[in-house]
Amino acid sequence: MFPTPIAKTSRAWQISYQALLPVALVLWLLPLLAVALFSIKPDADFTNGNYWGWPSSFEGVTNYRKVFFESDMPRYLLNSVMITVPTVLGAVALSAMTGFALGIYKFRSNLPIFFLFIAGNFVPFQILMVPVRDLTVNMGLYDTKLGLVLFHIAFQTGFCTLFMRNFIRTLPYPLIEAARVEGVAEWRIFWYVVMPLMKPALAALSVLIFTFIWNDYFWAVVLTQGPDSQPATAGITAFNSQFRAAYHLMSAGSIVAALPPVLMFFLMQKHFIAGLTLGAVK
Amino acid sequence: MASQATDPDRRGWYRRNEIAVTPWLFLLPGLIFFAIYVIIPIFQSFWISFHEWDGLGEKEWVGLANYERLLGGDRKFETSFWNNVKWLLLYLLAIPMGLFIALFLNQTVFGIRIYKSLFFFPFVISQVVVGLVFSWFYLPNNGLFDVMTGWFGIDIRGGVLGNPDTATYGIIAAGLWPQTAYCMILYLTGLNAVDPEQVEAARLDGAKGHKMLWYVILPQLKPATFIAFVVTIIGALRSFDFIAVMTNGGPFGSTRVLSFYMFEESLSEFGFRMGYGAAIAVVLFFLMLIFICYFLYAMWRDEREAR
Repeated sequence: MFPTPIAKTSRAWQISYQALLPVALVLWLLPLLAVALFSIKPDADFTNGNYWGWPSSFEGVTNYRKVFFESDMPRYLLNSVMITVPTVLGAVALSAMTGFALGIYKFRSNLPIFFLFIAGNFVPFQILMVPVRDLTVNMGLYDTKLGLVLFHIAFQTGFCTLFMRNFIRTLPYPLIEAARVEGVAEWRIFWYVVMPLMKPALAALSVLIFTFIWNDYFWAVVLTQGPDSQPATAGITAFNSQFRAAYHLMSAGSIVAALPPVLMFFLMQKHFIAGLTLGAVK
Repeated sequence: MASQATDPDRRGWYRRNEIAVTPWLFLLPGLIFFAIYVIIPIFQSFWISFHEWDGLGEKEWVGLANYERLLGGDRKFETSFWNNVKWLLLYLLAIPMGLFIALFLNQTVFGIRIYKSLFFFPFVISQVVVGLVFSWFYLPNNGLFDVMTGWFGIDIRGGVLGNPDTATYGIIAAGLWPQTAYCMILYLTGLNAVDPEQVEAARLDGAKGHKMLWYVILPQLKPATFIAFVVTIIGALRSFDFIAVMTNGGPFGSTRVLSFYMFEESLSEFGFRMGYGAAIAVVLFFLMLIFICYFLYAMWRDEREAR
C-alpha cells in the first residue's frame, strides 16, 4: 500500500492525521457549508451585512417553504425528472444493444464504428448546437421535454456504448459459444445470457447518466425556455432573477435543485464510481 | 460435410445469415440516433459556417468570409481563444491536486470511506450551483474571499469577478474544485489496484517518499492518469456553465471562451448570427480534434495490444 499505512507510522503522526482529516474536509467543503448556512438565514442578515457569521435567527423552514410553495421550483424539478428518467432508460437500452453488437461480434467495420461513437462523445457541444436546434425546431419539438430527451439519448449513446462494449468484453466468451452450439438464437443470447450478466454495468450507467443529464445546463438553455419544459438547472437562473439578491432563497433553491443527484450518488456509490472510471481502472 | 454442402439449406435467409446480420440489427437504432443528432450535425455546422444565416430565412453563401473576419482581428475571438488556452493549462492542475488528495486519503482508518465520498461530493453537484456558490464567495466587500484577502491587505478592485484581470482565474478556480474531486476518485481507485508486492519489494530496496511515488507508483497509475487527462481536457474545453452563471462573459467580455462566444453570437439578443457562430464552433472543433485524435490513437494502441 502507498503511502505507508498509518498504523505503521509514529504515534504522533497517527494522531495528527486523525485530527487533520476533519479539518481538511471542512476546508474542502467550505463553499457548500456556506450555502447551507445561507439557506437557513433570515433576509435581515444580508441587509445588515452579516453574510458569513452566525444566523441571527433560524429561518430554514420558512425559506424552504417559500421555495416549494411560492416559486416555480417544484415545476422545474418535475421537468428535470421527466427529462432525466426517459433519457436514462433510452440511452441505456440503445447502448446495451450497440455494446452487445460491438463487444461480441467480429466484423470488419466493428472498430471504426466503435471509434465513431467514442469520437462523437468527445465533440464540443457547440459544433452540434445550430443544426440540432434547427432540427428540433423543424420537428416542432422546440421548448418541449421530448426534444431535449431525444437529443440527450442520442448524445449519451456514445459514452454508454464505450462503457457497455468494454464491459461486455470482460464477460467469458465461451459462455456465448456454448449457447450457440446449443442452437440458441442470437437475440435470445442477448436477452437471456448477456443481459443478466450486465446488471452492474446497467446500474453504473444509470446513475452516471442520471447525474449528467440532471446537471445539464447548456442544452436546457438552447432547446427550451420557460418553466413549461426547462429543467432545474435552468430553473435556478430564472429563480435568481425572480429573487434577485435574496441569497437565503437562492441558496435554498440551489440546494433543492442539486439534491437528487447527490442522493443518487450516496445511495449507489459503488456503481457510480465504477461508471466514472469508465470501467478501465479496476 | 459434402452432403451438407450439396443439401440445399432449408433454413430461412435470416437463420442462415444470423451471425452476420444480428450485429447490424442491434447497432441500427443506436447508430441512426447518433448519426442524426451527432455525426450529421457536425458536417451541417461546417456547411452553415460558409453562410450568413439568421436561423430563419434563406442562407446566404459567403464563402470564407466568416473565417476571414474571425481570424482577421476579431478582438472578442482573440480574447476567447487565449482564455481557452488558460483554461486548458490551469485545468490540468486538477490532476496533481487530485493525486495529492488521493494519496492523503489512501489510508485505512475509522470512517475513511465517508471521508472519501464527502471529498468527492463537489463533482456530483451541478456546475450551475457550484458557479453560483463561488460567485457569492467572491462577492466584493461581503464575499468571504474578499474578507480573507483583506486580512493580508490585498484589495481586488470590483471583486474577483468584477475585475477583468482576475475574473477568468476566479472562474477557473471554481471549475477546478469539482474537477479535482473527479481526478481524486480516479486515483483512489487506481491506488487500490497498485501491486502491494512491488511496493514491498521497492521498500526493501530502500525506495521511499517521492522516489517511490515517481518510479513505482505513478507508472502503475498510468491508466488512471490517462482518463484523468481525457476528462480534464474535455472539461476545460466544455467550460460554458460556469461562465454563463458567474459572469455572463463580462466584465468587458474578459471571461469569454470559444464555447461561450459561439453561443453568444448564435443566440444573443442582438440577433441570431448562426453562420458566424458555426465558424467559431468549427475552430473549437478543430482545437478539440487534436486531443480527440490523440485519445483515439492511445485507445487504438491498447486495443491492438489486447488482441
